[in-house]
Amino acid sequence: MKPPVPTNAPPETGAFFARDRAWHPQALTPGYKTSVLRSPQKALLSFGNTLSEMTGPVFGHGIIGELDNDLIHNFAKPGESAIGSRIIVHGRVLDERGRAVPNVLIEFWQANAGGRYRHKKEGYLAALDPNFGGCGRAISGDDGSYSFRTIKPGPYPWPNGVNDWRPAHIHFSVFGSGFAQRLITQMYFEGDPLIPLCPIVRTLNDPRAIEALTAPLDMSMTIPMDATAYKFDIVLRGRRSTLFENRLEGN
Amino acid sequence: MPQPLTTLKETPSQTGGPYVHIGLTPNFCGIEGVWPTDLGTAMVNAKTKGERITVTGRVFDGAGAPLRDCVVEIWQADATGLYPSPSETRGAADPNFTGWGRCPADGETGEYRFETIKPGRVSFPDGRLQAPHISFWIVARGINLGLNTRLYFADEAAANADDPILNRVEDPARLATLIAAREGSAFTFDVHLQGPKETVFLDI
Repeated sequence: MKPPVPTNAPPETGAFFARDRAWHPQALTPGYKTSVLRSPQKALLSFGNTLSEMTGPVFGHGIIGELDNDLIHNFAKPGESAIGSRIIVHGRVLDERGRAVPNVLIEFWQANAGGRYRHKKEGYLAALDPNFGGCGRAISGDDGSYSFRTIKPGPYPWPNGVNDWRPAHIHFSVFGSGFAQRLITQMYFEGDPLIPLCPIVRTLNDPRAIEALTAPLDMSMTIPMDATAYKFDIVLRGRRSTLFENRLEGN
Repeated sequence: MPQPLTTLKETPSQTGGPYVHIGLTPNFCGIEGVWPTDLGTAMVNAKTKGERITVTGRVFDGAGAPLRDCVVEIWQADATGLYPSPSETRGAADPNFTGWGRCPADGETGEYRFETIKPGRVSFPDGRLQAPHISFWIVARGINLGLNTRLYFADEAAANADDPILNRVEDPARLATLIAAREGSAFTFDVHLQGPKETVFLDI
């Protein structure tokens, strides 16, 4: 791992705001059947952050290769490209205070344009695209911004109910400056009629939470005659200011 | 009406799904050549200070079957109790230790495995010392929000007895779910998602 990237901003050292666990999906969501045997049933042990939660790994920009944020080309044979609607996905990583979160690793993965993943456990009959791997990554800039180029993933059926379909989506894994910010989520596309039908989407209880995962078409970022664009901002847990807190030396 | 608060809501979580490996460990699942190696596979090198240990285990569902599709991430201090992180203000951690590991469960057995060093003690906000521990984060299909827990070490009985977090566990029978057994340099830490041995999960 590379040493932390130098930045003008002082390191973030405060404790995180408590996570709003009613806003996130509950562990047990019977409509999503796999959760039934994989959901803890006892109360979680809650405690204020220690250094173990307030610190976290940092990845330098040096790990990022030239095509890491270009899923159209990063698995394709030379001179070829992935099949599908070409899109740009862009946004900012922010915290709950609205501040940019710079220099954090964002990983993303998705199905191909036909809704097929490149994975040995994948059983959908849609064709693999020999030029599409389905993974990419980026590190947020000083203003928290990130972007990548890909093809729009297809929706696909999955064995849950007899006829359940996933809306088109892109998976995101995000690091922050502390391990307690670690987050995995999914981005959906504005206007997809499968969104309100999906048992995984419906693990969210608040319609605003579903809206927070739905990326709008962003014509201001399209590339004419090349790609449309979708905007997806990501909000990580915010840290308390330590201005008025009594903290022991060394903590 | 008072002024509105300007805080934002955290992006809600969704499951990592069955193909989480494509994004987190693409080389492990056969997507090679996009980047050279999967992140988090090497935490130590020849110069890393501290006692070398391995940490292995499995994550079991409510039917007692091991999850063969989960990904486990760990985060820990170096041998002196310092974190290799910009948010660590007490000093510089060992530059030859990453502190962070990521391992997909074995597709057949469900076992995860980390080659690391035993962490030092880290101070608690009130100045007491915590017992040595490793923070765990577990994601998989069927897990809607990544699960946090901690591994403590069976050979640290005195430190464990004074640990501020372990002392918050009201049921002494459940304490055992957080303690990894030692055999030589190997520690075993199994996680149970449900049932009588359900691991103590943390709201951090």
